[in-house]
Amino acid sequence: MNQLQTIIYAIVLFPLLGSTIVGLWNKKISCRGAHWVTTIGVAISFVLSLYLCYQIVFAGVPTYNFNAYIWGGSGSYQFNIGFLLDNLSTTMLVVVNFVSLLVHIYSIGYMREDDGYQRFFSYISLFTFAMLMLVSANNFLQLYFGWEGVGLVSYLLIGFWFKKETANFGSLKAFIVNRVGDFGFILGIAAVFNYVGNVDYVSVFNIAPSLATQTMTVFPHTHWSVLTVICILLFIGAMGKSAQMPLHVWLPESMEGPTPISALIHAATMVTAGVYMVARMSPLYEFSEVALSVVLIVGATGALFTGILAIVQNDIKRVVAYSTLSQLGYMVAALGVSAYAAGIFHLFTHAFFKALLFLAAGSVIIAMHHEQDMRKMGNLRKYMPVTYVCFLIGALALAAIPPFAGFYSKDAIIEAIHHALIPGASYAYYCVLLGTFVTAFYIFRAFFLVFHTEERMDEHTRAGLRESTWVVWLPLVLLAIPSAIAGIFLVGTILYSPTGGLLGTSIFILPQNNVLASLAIDYHGPLLLALDSVFSLPCWLAVGGIFVAWLLYIKFPRAPAYFVEKFSLIYKVLLAKYGFDDFNQVVFARGSLKLAKVFFEVGDVKILDHDLVDGSGRFIAWCSANLRKLQSGYLYHYAFAMIIGVLVLLAWLLW
Amino acid sequence: MISLSAYLILSAIVFGLGLAGIVINRKNVIILLMCVELLLLAVNTNFVAFSHYFHDIAGQVFVFFILTVAAAEAAIGLAILIVLFRGRKTIDVDKLNTLKG
Repeated sequence: MNQLQTIIYAIVLFPLLGSTIVGLWNKKISCRGAHWVTTIGVAISFVLSLYLCYQIVFAGVPTYNFNAYIWGGSGSYQFNIGFLLDNLSTTMLVVVNFVSLLVHIYSIGYMREDDGYQRFFSYISLFTFAMLMLVSANNFLQLYFGWEGVGLVSYLLIGFWFKKETANFGSLKAFIVNRVGDFGFILGIAAVFNYVGNVDYVSVFNIAPSLATQTMTVFPHTHWSVLTVICILLFIGAMGKSAQMPLHVWLPESMEGPTPISALIHAATMVTAGVYMVARMSPLYEFSEVALSVVLIVGATGALFTGILAIVQNDIKRVVAYSTLSQLGYMVAALGVSAYAAGIFHLFTHAFFKALLFLAAGSVIIAMHHEQDMRKMGNLRKYMPVTYVCFLIGALALAAIPPFAGFYSKDAIIEAIHHALIPGASYAYYCVLLGTFVTAFYIFRAFFLVFHTEERMDEHTRAGLRESTWVVWLPLVLLAIPSAIAGIFLVGTILYSPTGGLLGTSIFILPQNNVLASLAIDYHGPLLLALDSVFSLPCWLAVGGIFVAWLLYIKFPRAPAYFVEKFSLIYKVLLAKYGFDDFNQVVFARGSLKLAKVFFEVGDVKILDHDLVDGSGRFIAWCSANLRKLQSGYLYHYAFAMIIGVLVLLAWLLW
Repeated sequence: MISLSAYLILSAIVFGLGLAGIVINRKNVIILLMCVELLLLAVNTNFVAFSHYFHDIAGQVFVFFILTVAAAEAAIGLAILIVLFRGRKTIDVDKLNTLKG
C-alpha cells in the first residue's frame, strides 16, 4: 500500500470514525467529548486533504486511480470500492473538508444549548464522510453511494428538530423530491452499465465517443443518441441534488434545519454535488450537444427566476436559500456551455461566500433569539460589528463586485455564455445578465434591512443583542478571507492557465466547445480583469442592483410598500413562488394521496381484503355449511344413503 | 314343488320390509333392531333356497353362522339399548342425533 492510498483512506475514514463513536455512544459521551472527537477527525481529514491536493496539483504526482476492494460481483461483472485522485477530486476534497471543519467549529457555539448535541455532531461527521466518498469515487456506483449518503444525512438534519411540524414537512419534502432526481440518476447509471458493461469512470469515458453514435428507442418510433439519454438522465439526478428547476422546491424548505446545516449541506457542499458530477462526467457531456443545451437552459432559467423570488422573502435564511438556488443555476449554466472550470470555480467561491452568508445569518439569528424575520431586525451593525463586516464581504462577493471572489467566477460564467454558440446560449445570456442585477438587489436588500435602517426589534431582544462568541465569529472571519481574495489568486490557475491549471486533465473539453480558451486570450492578470470590468455590463448591473436596494430601503423606505401595491399581482405570484409548491401540493401530493386512496379502497380493501382473503375464507365456510348438512346424525339417513349407494353400484355393474 | 322364484320373491319382500323399517321408522330403536333381524332372515331364506336348488350344503352352513352372529348382535344391541335408555331416558330415533355435523 503506497502513501497516497493510506492518505485517502485516512481522509475518508476519520470523519466516519468520529461519527460512529459519537453516534453509537451518544448517551455516554459528554458534549465536550462529542465535539472534540468529531472536530479532530475532520481536522485531520482536512490537513491530509491539503497535503494530498498539494501532491497531486502542485508537486506533479500523476493522477492516481485504484480499486480498494471488491464491493460485490455478479457473474463476470464486479463492483469496486475505489478512489480516483486527480486535480478535480482533490481540490473538491479540500473545499469539502474546509467548509465542514469550519461548520464543526461554528456548531460548537451555535448548538450549545441543544438537547441533540451529540446526535448533531454525529450527523455532520457522517455527512462529511458521505461527501468525501462521493467526491473521491472512481466509479458510478460509489458515486451513487455517496450521493444517497448525503441525501440521507440531509434528510436527518433538516428534520433535526423533529418535534417541529415544519421541520418534518421540510425533511420529507427534501427526501421525496430528491428521490425523483435519484430515480433519473440510477436509470442513467443503469444505462451506462447496460451499454458499457462496466461502471468505472475510466472505461466509460474511453468508450464515450462511440456511445454518441449509437441510438436507442426510448419511446416507440424515436431514435435517441444513447449518450444524450445517459447524460440527461444523470442530469436529472443533478437537478434533484443541486436543486435546479423544477426540482428546486425542497431547498427553501430545508432551511428548517439548524443554520450550520443550511451552510454546510444546503449551500456549500451537498447541493454542489450535481455540479461536481456533471463536471466529472465532462467526457460524456462533451459529445452530446443536446444534453449540454438542456443543462444550459435549465441552469440559466433557475439562475434568474429563483433569484427574483429572493426579493420578496422576509426570512433572512430564505433570502440566502433562494440566492443559493440562483447561484447553483449559474454553475449549471456554466457547465452547459462547456465552461466546466468556470462552474467549478464558482462552486469554490460560492462555497466560501455562501457558507459565510449563512453562518453570518446564523450569528444574527442567535443574537436575535432565533428570530429570522428581517422586518423585526434593523441597525444591527451597532451591536455586531464582526458579523456586519463579514456579511458585507459575503454580500459583495455574491453580488460579483470586483475584486471579490464571486466577481471572477461569475464574470467568467457570463462571458463564457456570451461567447458560446450552443443552442439556447443567447436566452441564457440574458438570464444570467439580468440575474446579476437581481442578485445584487436582493442580497443588499437583506443587508440593509438587517444591518442598517432603524431598529425594529422589541425591547427584550434589544437588551440581549451582542456579538456572538469566538467559536461563532472565527469561522466567519476564516470564510471572509477566501470570499474576498480567493478569486484573485485562483482565477488565473483555474480558468485561464494554458496547461489546464488547477483542474488539469480532470476535465475534458472538445476544442470547438472550448469557450474559456477563447476568453483566455484576453486575460492579462486578475487585477487588470477587475479594472476592465468597470466598463462591462454585468458589473454595472450589479452596482445598479446595490444602488436600487439602497434607494428603496434606505433613502425611500416607503417605496417598497408602494411597489407591492402597484404590482400586487406580480407580488402575489412571486410570494407563491410561481406556484411550484402549490402545483406539487395539489397535483403530486394530493393527487397521489387520492390515487393511493382509490387503490386502498378498491384494490386493497375491496378486492384483496374483501374478495380474495375474506372471500376464500367465506367460500370454505359456505362449503362446509352445506356439506355438514349431509351429516345429520340420523341412522336412517345413513342407511338410506348406503342403500342408494348399493343400488347405484349394482346398476352400474349390471349395465 | 314351490319354485325358486317364489322363495326369492318372499325373501326380497322381507328384505324390502326390513329396509323400509330402518329408513321409515322414526320412533323406536327396538323396531330398528327387529328390522335388522328381518334383513338377516331374508338373506338366510335366500341362502337356504339356493342351497336346496343347487344341492350344495355350504349355503345352509352359512345360515347357521349368520344365525349365531344375529343372536350375538341382538344380545349386544339390546344391551346397548338399555345403556342408552339409562343415559338418555329415551330410545326415540329422532332424538339420537348427537353425531350431527
